[in-house]
Amino acid sequence: MEDWLIDLRQGLYLLPEAVSDYASRVDALYLGLVIVSGVLTVALVVLVVGLGWRYRASSPIDRTDPRTERIDRIIEVTWASTLLAVFLGLFVWASMLYFEPYRGSTDAMTVNVIGKQWMWKAQHPDGTREINTLHVPVGETVRLRMTSQDVIHSFYLPSLRLKRDVLPERYTDAWFTADQTGEHWLFCAEYCGTDHSRMRGKIVVMEPSAYDDWLTRTGGGPSPVAQGRELFQSYGCSGCHVGDARVRAPSLAGIYGRTVPLAKGGTITADEGYLRDSIVQPQKHVVAGYEPVMPSYAGQISEDEILQIVAYIQSLEPGDWEAGGPVGNNVNETPR
Amino acid sequence: MSTATPEAWPREHYLNAGWSIRSWLLTTDHKRIGWLYTVSITAFFFLGGFAALLIRLELMTPPGDLMSAEFYNEMFSIHGIVMVWFFLIPSIPNTLGNFLLPLMLGARDLAFPRLNLLSWYIYTVGGLFTIAAVILGGVDTGWTFYTPYSSMFSNSAVMAAVAGVFIVGFSSIATGINFIVTTHKMRAPGLTWFRLPLFVWANYATSLIFVLATPVLGITLVLIALERALGIGIFDPALGGDPLLFQHLFWFYSHPAVYIMILPAFGVVSEIITCFARKRIFGYTGMVVAIMAITLFGFVVWGHHMFVSGQSIYAGILFSFFTMLVAVPSAIKTFNWTATLYKGRISFTAPMIYGLSFLGLFTIGGLTGVILAALAVDIHVHDTYFVVAHFHYIMVGGAVTAYLGGLHFWWPKLTGRMYSEIWARIAALALFIGFNLTFFPQFLLGYAGMPRRYHAYPEDFQILHAMSSLGAGVLAIGYLLPLVYLGWSMLRGPHAGSNPWDARGLEWRTSSPPPKHNFLETPRVDEPAYHYE
Amino acid sequence: MSDAEPAEQFDDLDQQKHANLMGMWLFLATELLLFGGLFASFGVFRIMHPETFGEAASHLSVSLGVANTVILFTSGLTTKLADEAVEAGRRGLGLALLLGTIALGLAFLVIKGFEWHHEYEIGLMPVLGLPFEYPGADPRNARLFFNFYYAMTGLHAAHMLIGLGLLSIIALLLYRWRDPPKIARQVRISGLYWAFVDVIWVFVFTFLYLLRSG
Repeated sequence: MEDWLIDLRQGLYLLPEAVSDYASRVDALYLGLVIVSGVLTVALVVLVVGLGWRYRASSPIDRTDPRTERIDRIIEVTWASTLLAVFLGLFVWASMLYFEPYRGSTDAMTVNVIGKQWMWKAQHPDGTREINTLHVPVGETVRLRMTSQDVIHSFYLPSLRLKRDVLPERYTDAWFTADQTGEHWLFCAEYCGTDHSRMRGKIVVMEPSAYDDWLTRTGGGPSPVAQGRELFQSYGCSGCHVGDARVRAPSLAGIYGRTVPLAKGGTITADEGYLRDSIVQPQKHVVAGYEPVMPSYAGQISEDEILQIVAYIQSLEPGDWEAGGPVGNNVNETPR
Repeated sequence: MSTATPEAWPREHYLNAGWSIRSWLLTTDHKRIGWLYTVSITAFFFLGGFAALLIRLELMTPPGDLMSAEFYNEMFSIHGIVMVWFFLIPSIPNTLGNFLLPLMLGARDLAFPRLNLLSWYIYTVGGLFTIAAVILGGVDTGWTFYTPYSSMFSNSAVMAAVAGVFIVGFSSIATGINFIVTTHKMRAPGLTWFRLPLFVWANYATSLIFVLATPVLGITLVLIALERALGIGIFDPALGGDPLLFQHLFWFYSHPAVYIMILPAFGVVSEIITCFARKRIFGYTGMVVAIMAITLFGFVVWGHHMFVSGQSIYAGILFSFFTMLVAVPSAIKTFNWTATLYKGRISFTAPMIYGLSFLGLFTIGGLTGVILAALAVDIHVHDTYFVVAHFHYIMVGGAVTAYLGGLHFWWPKLTGRMYSEIWARIAALALFIGFNLTFFPQFLLGYAGMPRRYHAYPEDFQILHAMSSLGAGVLAIGYLLPLVYLGWSMLRGPHAGSNPWDARGLEWRTSSPPPKHNFLETPRVDEPAYHYE
Repeated sequence: MSDAEPAEQFDDLDQQKHANLMGMWLFLATELLLFGGLFASFGVFRIMHPETFGEAASHLSVSLGVANTVILFTSGLTTKLADEAVEAGRRGLGLALLLGTIALGLAFLVIKGFEWHHEYEIGLMPVLGLPFEYPGADPRNARLFFNFYYAMTGLHAAHMLIGLGLLSIIALLLYRWRDPPKIARQVRISGLYWAFVDVIWVFVFTFLYLLRSG
């Protein structure tokens, strides 16, 4: 029955550690909001109690009231506009911070994250995989490229004040830079079925050298780029996209991040979402000058594999294929 | 408080107009239909409350040891579905609103009495059907029915539950149409729009939301049903559809639905505070404008439920901006209620204690809403207990407290009898204390990172969870007490007289309980609302 | 209630008439919003996949769509005439026109059913796990178009059925001819509903059939 006793030595756990600069700034914003709310709430309580006491029914106090509707209106409008100004100030403060975790450089160290009922799977740039934990080096900006295999999940790291929903058939990103080593919670925050509350784990922030050690110890298998390169051939992508194949398909070397003209007019930026769509829904965005002949790979290829092929395409520089064919000459290059 | 000269019971009134079950179940009298609704929502409330109690019991300890994960998920689904769809949305409009709207307008009944009765049948049958589906079919989607979990993955009777909620939507629409038409067409002579009590304005605004938002929920639920039954994939990403579209449509209804809950509460509190401060309301026009502004802006803030969902970050900023704007009219209202106390003659009766509790709890709920609207903070606290605490402060601390306050305030009119003032004050205080004990720790839990809808949780959070569970016990007393002393009053309470509070408003100008057609002769209005001084 | 007396909650017949009409208009507004949610969703996807949706639309039969539009407009006309006939106290003419409306409504549904059957035969009915053999470029999103097609036309057809049920009851009342002024009000109210179903069809027809490419 010990479960029923509260272990008071645990203490009140009020604030998760803030292990990034961003997290500290969110805390500062929160503190600002709490102060504003606190002042207003206390003011209200003081007013209600004070007025309630002063004008209680049994009090013989003078109640003649010289106010007019006009004075009331002025008080009301002044109050409303002051408050509006305060709220808008808070809005601007909060919105500037909002961009930070949701907009960052795609050159950052990218960890692929896949959510599925009920676990988190992560793959590091060198190919190391882990489940329900995420090891990251301290001081380095990490980009999470996330997708779900089934329902909507939400990747939540309280100590980094970071959360983002993870959706099926779509990529969402988040960026963070942890600045202290340690272990912290990782939660799924969007209800996803029976064992939603078990879909949790740890993020482990390590010294870069320890991280490298960890990679070598646990590390296994080829990097996503290398795996993607292999898949690119085994799924037959290279048959059309490389060299002077019989069927003409656009070259993919250096395509990542470029603006691509479309057959239906207009252009699109070749980001991860576009690359993913082009694999599972090739007819959605046909490149100008090409026939819509590519078959869809939907249902034949797993989310892991798509992420690896995307990583491979992302790693290609313009001209790579001219130099050494689809295998490229950057076999040993560290992936981005 | 009661008037000096004891007044005789009216010889004929709506309660003794017929005693048979049939005279109740086939009645078209808005006052009796108000009672039918009161019985239904009370039953649903205690069912939803029981589920909440089980949830709080489970959360006393970190491991999920009391019940299975499936059962826990079904419990919070029942709690949410019952409380939101079958208690909060109809609570004030369909009980007090039904009873009072024609009285306050000086009308003999609503414009469409039979539609009114039909709406109760739709509501009750649909509600019972949904609850049967949820309990027997093990629905575990939460009240939000998010796709693709609800449409593709949940192995439960989602179809039936969704169909039930869809059907109940028609009762909201019927009520909305009835109230709007009645307010437009059936006001007593001299009762101009700007002489209407704020309770009428609030119910009018609520009805607009009923009429404008419910159909969008309807089509959303139809599409879920089509997805499950026919394999139509409008929300299914695997078929090219978009699960975010579901969230947009769902919150387009469900955010205004929050205003369906809180606007009538604003109305109730305005009546109570003016009466017991014996003072006209501070800034009547401002109050009306605020109600209508909230109604309007309520339709453009739905995206603030989706700041981390993957919608465009620019959309997030826009929705955050509108949310900050919608906070202002609420702040005006809070300020005006407080200012109404100035130079008043204040008595702390039970309804007034409820009214002032509302003021405090709603303020905390509203200000934490501003905290949630601040984008970067929302990223952290979204889908945590912070959100849970916030909306309970609004929906329970705000709407339910106001509902109970209103029930006490108009109880003498509803029944013709008084209740035990001392017990009512005890219950009101128990509610205030129990509520804060239950939900304040949840703000702390939320910022500490505790996600919602968790059956088991890390030990770090236990102390706060235990506090919350203990508070729920006190809160339960606050809810059970009125059942006892109001039940007693209904049978044995002393006669109230037509106007025990010496209040203004047409409903106090007729006997308690009122006659079947409300007024013996159509009243005439020649003064503004809240003419207390 | 008879000609002289309004229902007990109203002061006079005029007030009652205005209240009833306002109620019906509000109800129609909710119906419009019901379809509005569907139209808005369709609009989002239409903008996302303009080609595919345009191409998919060209697989629908415009001639059958036009035929149905003409039929519904004619039925709108007959209800309006029936309304005026009843107002003028001409029971036989009113009944004939109302039955004409019902017949036209049934004709609409028969044509619609024929259209659905044809689409089923050529494999363009991607519901209930039926095979989807779309000949165009982007079957995945075309499937979405056809999902909307069945959702919209199905929901519209459901409203047609409700309207036909309503009109049949009115026709029966008209046949019995008990309380002519009351019947006149009922014809007016149900005519309003029928007109609404017509208007919705115009939107459905425009969005699905006419926004096509090529």
